Amino acid sequence: MVNQRLSYDVSGAQKSHWVTRLTGMTKILVLLSLSIIGMVSYDTWYLVALTIFAIIFYQSAHFRWHQVRGLLYAIAAFTALNLALVYVFNPAYGSQIYGTSHVLLGHGFFVLTWEELFYLLNMLLKYVFIVPLILAFLFTTNPSELASGMNRIGFSYKISYAVELSLRYIPDVIRDFKQISLAQQARGLEMSKKAGIWKRLKRSTQILIPLAFSSMNKIEVTTRAMKLRRFGTNKHRTWYMAQKLAKIDYFVLIVTVLLIMIGIGLFWVDGGRFYNPFR
Amino acid sequence: MREQQIIQFSDVSFQYQNQEDATLHNINLSVHKGEKVFITGPSGSGKSTLGNIINGVIPEEFSGKLTGKITINGQSQNDLDLTDLSFIVGTVLQDPDSQFVGLTVAEDIAFALENDARPIDELHRKVAEWAQRLNLGPLLGKHPQDLSGGQKQRVSLTGVLIDNEPILLLDEPLANLDPAAGRDSMKLLNWLVAQQNLTVIIIDHRIEEVLQIPIDRMIVLAEGRVIADDTPDRILQQNLLLKNGLREPLYVTALKDSGIDVNQVTHLSDLTNLKLSQDDYHKLVTWVQQQKLPDKPVSLLPIISLKNMTFAYPKEAAIFKAFNLTINQGEMVALVGKNGTGKTTLVNLITGFLKPQSGDLFFGKENISHDSVKQRADRIGYVLQDPNQMISKTMIYDEVALGLQLRGINSETIKKRVFDTLKITGLYPYRNWPISALSFGQKKRVTIASVLVLQPEVLILDEPTAGQDLAHYSQMMTFLEELNHSQGTTVIMVTHDMNLMMAYANRTIVLDKGGVLADASPAKVLTDKDIIEKAHLAQLSLQVLAEKAQVSDPIEFAEKFISYERRQASGKSTVIL
Repeated sequence: MVNQRLSYDVSGAQKSHWVTRLTGMTKILVLLSLSIIGMVSYDTWYLVALTIFAIIFYQSAHFRWHQVRGLLYAIAAFTALNLALVYVFNPAYGSQIYGTSHVLLGHGFFVLTWEELFYLLNMLLKYVFIVPLILAFLFTTNPSELASGMNRIGFSYKISYAVELSLRYIPDVIRDFKQISLAQQARGLEMSKKAGIWKRLKRSTQILIPLAFSSMNKIEVTTRAMKLRRFGTNKHRTWYMAQKLAKIDYFVLIVTVLLIMIGIGLFWVDGGRFYNPFR
Repeated sequence: MREQQIIQFSDVSFQYQNQEDATLHNINLSVHKGEKVFITGPSGSGKSTLGNIINGVIPEEFSGKLTGKITINGQSQNDLDLTDLSFIVGTVLQDPDSQFVGLTVAEDIAFALENDARPIDELHRKVAEWAQRLNLGPLLGKHPQDLSGGQKQRVSLTGVLIDNEPILLLDEPLANLDPAAGRDSMKLLNWLVAQQNLTVIIIDHRIEEVLQIPIDRMIVLAEGRVIADDTPDRILQQNLLLKNGLREPLYVTALKDSGIDVNQVTHLSDLTNLKLSQDDYHKLVTWVQQQKLPDKPVSLLPIISLKNMTFAYPKEAAIFKAFNLTINQGEMVALVGKNGTGKTTLVNLITGFLKPQSGDLFFGKENISHDSVKQRADRIGYVLQDPNQMISKTMIYDEVALGLQLRGINSETIKKRVFDTLKITGLYPYRNWPISALSFGQKKRVTIASVLVLQPEVLILDEPTAGQDLAHYSQMMTFLEELNHSQGTTVIMVTHDMNLMMAYANRTIVLDKGGVLADASPAKVLTDKDIIEKAHLAQLSLQVLAEKAQVSDPIEFAEKFISYERRQASGKSTVIL
């Protein structure tokens, strides 16, 4: 932990995989449009199709298990908690949606119906499809590509650049945080396991003041440096990292458009957002 | 005027909004096209403020009262905003790390052109063209943060020069550079100026280093006023630099001390072409013969020993492999080596900030490998390079008292010890000030005080004198030396400052490529040309002078002179604030 040196990979060593060759703009468009349609639709078969599509992307990004392990565990835990809460707050919601009630087990308020289970399955599918998509896209896009892509699909370049800079400074802030924490320990603040967890937590707030000061200081200098090189003076700016759309981008974008059209079409077929196998 | 004036200040004063007094008073100066102008002054003299007026940061970013008439490139500054000015004045800021905005070197170089919305193929063409010119090709895809100090400097210069501003303004271009990288940067600058027909303004307080390249004119500021505006030769002939807390090139001080009439010396500011008469050489040699060599006590009682230590950052090659080093009790050690060679890493292994993959650390005879950072800090005090990473309180007194409070010492003792430390470090008059009102150098002193107050047996300082002007520098070092003599405190200094090393260290450890390249007296290290080159060190100007005078032992000459200088300085070092 302590010894970690963080930074974004800009070496282009991973550029061999087709997902990483997609432009930032394509990735953002696919991610945004599929997330929206996936959130709206409750057509199970459609969600399964999206999941397969997402897993293809994820596979092609060739992640190493240790890169994503921590994050996946966290998301799995969160999803489980979320599904449990959805059930606990309104166990009858499935029956309300699908209009029937096939009891699986139990009775009273916490009765578990096939309808509720099916509804929860749909919820689960949404997570299962969106997580690999986000991982595949965001982890293979460096902040510069992301910013130039955001700018291209219509975000103002100042906002895009702000996003880029904040992503870029995450490793710096983490580095600073560690250094400051160590400097505070050297002053006598016991933060190692030799102090209790509560004490450590309370004491870590002491680090926030120097962290805020040193970050503010850096932000001030950086903004001045940017202004001195005319950032923000023109209506538009160009991007050294701007990429031309390649065949693969068009292909992926067409597939996405088709998927969305199918998703919208299914609203008619299903007579609403939900696919109902109980009728 | 024969040449065309490109910058003209008449009667310019500036007062920051939240300050009682003006920072600059009635400044009159002019810069001609193609000139290399060097603006210097002690900290707080207003030299950075002056730079900020030239590039338009004042009044746009800092508000205040700006009066007088400023003309830049034929236009009145009133009609130019920061953006207009950025086409005329290119600025390289002091801290290269925080001025890098691009994710990669290429993007950073292209940044200004991107903001001008130039077409993409032009961006790529120009970046490639400039990368070739400045030999940056292999670096284009790297993170600017991962470069060496000298490379960073080259990238920031390129990012500014790419859109052909006629004036280049450099704020402390030599901060954070090792001596060799500093010299290379100055040479590169000199070459660029000739190539691109630039007008250059350098703002710095490292006079000897800047004068390594020919400078047309020096402007000296003190307390917000121009106190000298002349050729470097004529300014060095006078005594106004030392009087104003600035260090003049040491060889010049040596000439003056030995009674040579520097008014008769030609090329005084240019050591390579400096000409002395036979009589002068004679004076120099006799003067040195009269001086005593300082005695530096040596102890052989180990206090910190690293045994078989191996360390690597994750996924990187090992920096240290089975590394051994022993520091003895009571030594004053200078840890030197080029940027990025692992000096700070080594210190971090001693303080426990980094954990080695294998190996042990001993304090005396005790193995402290498993002690926490805090436990180690009780005996080994560490002052980081960047004071902002250490300061966590808003008031000076509280900051210095923090370590004692955390150790549960009673408030009476705390008060006494804090006051004592504040007096020693010259911060006593400021004890009730907010830290935010202090300069970088003053903050650095606060952090040194906050570690000293704990009375550690070993004191490690990363670049202790960075940002300190001459008066505070001598005062602080004299104090550390006294601490070393009277308490036997072991002092380890990580530094790029050869004069500091020569003056105060009794042992120099030169790190290079994960090993100890040399471990000897500073004098020995500085006489070995091979080590100097490998470790990016620099010969002292005094050595060069001694060689010119054909002194038999140039390093003894330098040692004697520096020791004489130090005695002079410590005699004067009453608290100057």
